[in-house]
Amino acid sequence: MTTHQKPQSLSRRAVLMGGGAVVVSVGAPISLNTVLGVRSAYAQGAKPPLVPEQLSSYIAVGSDGAVSAFFGKMDMGQGLYVSIGQIVAEELDVPFKAVTVFMADTRTSVNQGGASGSTGIQTGGRQMRVAAAEARRVLLDMAAEKLALPADQLTVADGVVHAKSDASKKASYAELIGGRYFNVQLDWNKQIGNALYAPGKAKPKDVKDYKIVGQPIKRSDIAPKVFCQEPFVTDVKVPGMVHARMIRPPVAGATPVSIDEGSIRNIPGARVVREGDFLAVVADKEWDAVKAHSALKVQWSDAKPPFPSQDALYDHIRKAPVRKAVDEKPVGNVTEAFKTAARVIEAEYEWPFQSHACMGPACAVVEIKDGRVTCHTGSQKPHFVRDGLARTLDVLPANVDGIWVVGPGSYGRNDADDCAHDAAVLAKLTGKPVRLQYTREQGTGWDPKGPASIHKARAALDASNKVVAYDFLSKGFSRIDVQTNGSRPEDTLAGHFRGAALKVNDNFGVPAESYLFDNKRTAWETIAQFLERGSPLRGAHLRDPVGPQIHFASESFMDEVAHAIGADPVEFRIRYLKDPRDIAVIKAAAEKAGWQTRISPQKQSGNTVSGRGIAYSQRNGTTCAIVAEVDVDRRSGKIWARKFTVAHDCGLIVNPDGLQHTIEGNIIQGISRTLWEEVKFDNKSVTSVDWLTYPILDITEAPQTIDCVYINRPDRPATGAGEPSIRPVAAAIANAVFDATGVRMRRVPFSPDRVKGALA
Amino acid sequence: MAQFTLDVNGKTHRVDADPDMPLLYALKNDIGLNNPQFGCGLAQCGACTVHLDGQPIRSCITPVSSIGNAKVVTLSGLGTPEKPHPLQTAYVEEQVTQCGYCINGWIMTAAAFLRDKKNPTEAEIKTALEGLKCRCGTHMNILRAVKRAATMMG
Ligand code: FES
Ligand code: FES
Repeated sequence: MTTHQKPQSLSRRAVLMGGGAVVVSVGAPISLNTVLGVRSAYAQGAKPPLVPEQLSSYIAVGSDGAVSAFFGKMDMGQGLYVSIGQIVAEELDVPFKAVTVFMADTRTSVNQGGASGSTGIQTGGRQMRVAAAEARRVLLDMAAEKLALPADQLTVADGVVHAKSDASKKASYAELIGGRYFNVQLDWNKQIGNALYAPGKAKPKDVKDYKIVGQPIKRSDIAPKVFCQEPFVTDVKVPGMVHARMIRPPVAGATPVSIDEGSIRNIPGARVVREGDFLAVVADKEWDAVKAHSALKVQWSDAKPPFPSQDALYDHIRKAPVRKAVDEKPVGNVTEAFKTAARVIEAEYEWPFQSHACMGPACAVVEIKDGRVTCHTGSQKPHFVRDGLARTLDVLPANVDGIWVVGPGSYGRNDADDCAHDAAVLAKLTGKPVRLQYTREQGTGWDPKGPASIHKARAALDASNKVVAYDFLSKGFSRIDVQTNGSRPEDTLAGHFRGAALKVNDNFGVPAESYLFDNKRTAWETIAQFLERGSPLRGAHLRDPVGPQIHFASESFMDEVAHAIGADPVEFRIRYLKDPRDIAVIKAAAEKAGWQTRISPQKQSGNTVSGRGIAYSQRNGTTCAIVAEVDVDRRSGKIWARKFTVAHDCGLIVNPDGLQHTIEGNIIQGISRTLWEEVKFDNKSVTSVDWLTYPILDITEAPQTIDCVYINRPDRPATGAGEPSIRPVAAAIANAVFDATGVRMRRVPFSPDRVKGALA
Repeated sequence: MAQFTLDVNGKTHRVDADPDMPLLYALKNDIGLNNPQFGCGLAQCGACTVHLDGQPIRSCITPVSSIGNAKVVTLSGLGTPEKPHPLQTAYVEEQVTQCGYCINGWIMTAAAFLRDKKNPTEAEIKTALEGLKCRCGTHMNILRAVKRAATMMG
């Protein structure tokens, strides 16, 4: 059965590889060309080093013929491991059930970047495909030697190589290499992370020959979860471990001046752990750590409150000096074109800070024993966490194991990386294994945030209502105040509180679309953080980093222009698009939704009014269009995002079943971020600290229907689905609300109060 | 510290604990169950939901001293792979979870609801589950699974 395995299953692998191993040759990896002369050296009993250029780092065949795939990314619950299993099984010509995918464990896989930018299949799958194809080629060669037949007269079915002319002349993968390791050098591009690519000599299969890729295959990790057979990272226990809670300042930027250890003296085993401004409590029992966390009295420095009032956020962004400005894709001369305009349409949009607000606050367990650091983490990039812990603890990366264990949700650079570093520092300071879980307040209040921003859009129209120029500018906090992985102390709270030298990192983004305006400028500007060290508002990657904010603005604005010239929103978009894939998704969504060509808004009376809106965008090769249908209760201001029709083109579809669940999750999270989510703060700190102060979409508000139209393009590489469909959600809803009410929402979230205010 | 005897999933456990300690910590740390989970500690999310004499409660705010002789059933006590609860079967069939951290709230709450209410409407299901959190946004799947289980139990 194909399943993703947890580190505990290593023993299984040891059995697979160990039992009955025949040592053919032991030694340093040798080059492929050398290997061609010495066929038996393809396999060896001892494991070659875990390096990107070794085939054994990706694929192994057990003595029973079972295939192990070692994957340096992880599945955040979208069934990615199923697709990887499909890809590997396809290339190797083994049954899908013969493949086990081992994920995101530095002991078994090389750094393929962890979960990152919906690249699980796009780059992660690409590498696993070429590795599996190379393994098949090598096995065929080994069979050729064994059967004394030329390799081109052989074929493979279900893991058995046989002569094309005579199926009785055969050798199974298990006979050929079972229980030994590949010793085959790959052509590594010297990159790690998402960019890692190490093909062999084999050419992967033609898409037209696919039998397993493209099939809807279900996940096998659900049953272990509903029967409580698999631990979450929160369930990991290490003998002798203590429980820890971090102490964060009540005013962001304040530092501990003195600590009243007597305030926790009556709590059994509770003690303070401090190193400079890094402050925590530990206890032998978890509840005692929780109690100590609330009881500890700390005198904090008199820090100047670092934040403006919440109301002043967007004014602050507007006026703040620009730290970095990037004009990404200038076309023509926008400034000159605007001078010729018969009419100019302008609008400005605002998006708040948002929190990952994971289902549970982050948890990590770190043990330092006999010179080895073992970290169990929910981080989606455990290889980078390994590198980060090595720097934080000043040890060699080779002495650190980063082991991913499924955590309480993951949508980017959340609090998991911070938690792993905090736990590592605590393990070092206490000399004991430490299990650290953050508090709910810290999970929402102190996680890295999706940055707040404003977006200005302008369009110049000529006398015939043609758009002659388009100018789009985002200005906001950087999306990488802390970098997207935890490989450097300065990008973690532990680093911030322990005095790591900080770096300034700027990035934002521009709309991803292909509107053909003669003159076009899409640009961004970033501004400084309110507080550069230890800020609960530090910016970081949150699912589809800055995609929802940018496309809320750009795709709302396309509707504003359509409205201004009296055009139907679908027709207006198609007028300026040439790329057939863009046009195809827009038409497919509109058609499936039964889109009526007309201009918005529609005239309605009564308390509940309905509307429809469209938005489209691209993301790293994937294109997606969404039609949203909403009901607005005019009296309460409440929006029900009732129906979504999603047309999705991510190239080749690997697993349609996984795709639907992935898209639905994107839509629900997108609705939530549009209607409800806003990190609140006062001048001292973040005040969104739980589910009451950071509401998300409730089940009673779930849409009635999410319809998906999949456009499968087997001729194109699979380009990823983890994030593209969250991107157009906010604009589709905003455009539908306008269609329903005639009122344009330009600030997210569209909470009932705000909608009521706008309708008044 | 005091000693408490807890009846969890039909087995008796002795736990030494501070009387104020919420049941959740006894279940996870003293008894060693993988589920329920800590989500908020504030009765706002449901991740810690267990049954107390058949009624769903939030174990994160329920002091261990308040349990007395009541029977505690957790998700692992609700059904097994051999004898699954219809909701567990439906969850697998509908492929509900993303991270899965939220499942105790949904399954334990829905189990009590479906036991007491046959053939519920979609609106009744939604109301019964109001307030529970799933941050991954598996709402559509959850509703499909609960409807499927309702049919199985109907
Ligand atoms: S953990 Fe108990 S309700 Fe959230
Ligand atoms: S599946 Fe992740 S919170 Fe529900």
